[in-house]
Amino acid sequence: MAEEVLRIAGLHAYYGESHVLHGVDCHVERGEVVTLLGRNGAGRTTTMKALLGLVGSRSGSVRIHGSETIGLPPHRIAALGVGYCPEERGIYASLSTEENLMLPPAVAAGGMPVEEIYAMFPNLRERRASRGTNLSGGEQQMLALARILRTGARLLLLDEISEGLAPVIVQALGRTIGRLRAHGYTIVMSEQNFRFAAPLADRFYIMERGRMVAQFAAGELPDRMPLLRQYLGV
Amino acid sequence: MTSVFGIPVAVILGQLMLGLVNGSFYAMLSLGLAVIFGLMGVVNFAHGAFYTLGAFAALLALQLFGINYWVALIVAPLAVGALGMAVERLLLRRVYGLDPLYGLLLTFGLALICEGSLNQVFGATGQSYPVPPALAGGFNLGFMFLPLYRAWVIAVSVVVCFSTWYVIERTRLGATLRAARENTPLLQSFGVNVPLLMAATFGGGVALAALAGVLASPIVLVNSYMGSSLVIVVFAVVVIGGMGSILGSIVGGLALGVIEGFTKVLYPEASNVVVFLIMALVLILRPAGLFGRD
Repeated sequence: MAEEVLRIAGLHAYYGESHVLHGVDCHVERGEVVTLLGRNGAGRTTTMKALLGLVGSRSGSVRIHGSETIGLPPHRIAALGVGYCPEERGIYASLSTEENLMLPPAVAAGGMPVEEIYAMFPNLRERRASRGTNLSGGEQQMLALARILRTGARLLLLDEISEGLAPVIVQALGRTIGRLRAHGYTIVMSEQNFRFAAPLADRFYIMERGRMVAQFAAGELPDRMPLLRQYLGV
Repeated sequence: MTSVFGIPVAVILGQLMLGLVNGSFYAMLSLGLAVIFGLMGVVNFAHGAFYTLGAFAALLALQLFGINYWVALIVAPLAVGALGMAVERLLLRRVYGLDPLYGLLLTFGLALICEGSLNQVFGATGQSYPVPPALAGGFNLGFMFLPLYRAWVIAVSVVVCFSTWYVIERTRLGATLRAARENTPLLQSFGVNVPLLMAATFGGGVALAALAGVLASPIVLVNSYMGSSLVIVVFAVVVIGGMGSILGSIVGGLALGVIEGFTKVLYPEASNVVVFLIMALVLILRPAGLFGRD
């Protein structure tokens, strides 16, 4: 049953001269929700970008569904069935809501039909002609999520999706993640908001200074609180 | 005969027509520049050279292979566009992400090489391309005689420019292009082959210039420098319309052609500089250009 979707080994990443990731190791099984925790600047966002080849340069190994991607350009990595929801959402201002939704090309069969997406996020249907960045923060986050569900990607990389949103929106987002998990999506989340991530994730990694410093399963959470306090101050 | 400010209306309308013809070329060339600059951030100084190549391609196709105007209208832009894609893949790609000056120097160098080579092979004297028989003759509009070929140029330009605008602003392909100008890495992370998109865009912009070159060949002398004299005005048009603005380059191109035409009637001495005066004014009052954002 355990099928490895993602295995990162000894991943180093650089932006120009600066060395940001120092040998990240991590693996994700099919259908898991894995959360990367850590302080600002610990390297969570860079890990996501490095997975997709969006950093200056990278070395090490990133295997997606068993195939090595370290030498591939970003568009070939996406084609392996990866959907990326970037920090700050990455909604295009020069595109309407509907254009934003339809922008990413399908990467695999079985993407969520547009009708189903609109049923899941009715606000997006109402506002489909609006400029993408005229949506509220919560709507933009839904749009950023919706557009990768359309493509058939089954491995979702969600970077700080709860950031800057009102509590009621964060709750709705949590329910959405729960539904995606129930649908069998494999999800890697980077989260600053521990309380949002805690009930959703199967497993946690803690990052510090460009490395994974700890990992544990959801069941171990109560025992690991001192560790979390030490690294995150929660 | 009726007159305005002592100038016969017929003369004014005649210059309006000529201005529209010039404006058609400005619009097509600045449109290609705007598309290329908008997506790639490259100021393509070789744009005039690609226009010249379009005209030479039509001329040589006729002289060497007997390929007629109508076929050349399709084939020459395709051939020059393919050359543009090769230039993008082999050369231009290397200067992305560097100071824009490098792209400017590279394309300027290419323009010089291209013009110099054509000059070496074909000499400086221009050659004329015959007007296709179907477009010979003209209409008598009452106030002036309008050569059919010039009307054809205006019509083709307007259709091509607005089709380009439609594709960019209203289609899914256009949405991808607009997204690429805004946030390229994210677009690539969605699985869009951005390097191919860049090459195709450069090829497309350059093909527009070549198409303008083919259209121009029956009304100007085809020579190695036909592009460089035109492209200076075209750069001014791009600045006036707003760097990278699609609508700005179309409307700006046509409008400035007309303004230039009127200036020839009202104050001929200023006709060569009026575009640059307007550019200076626009830069003072609205530095982003008339249709520019920011």
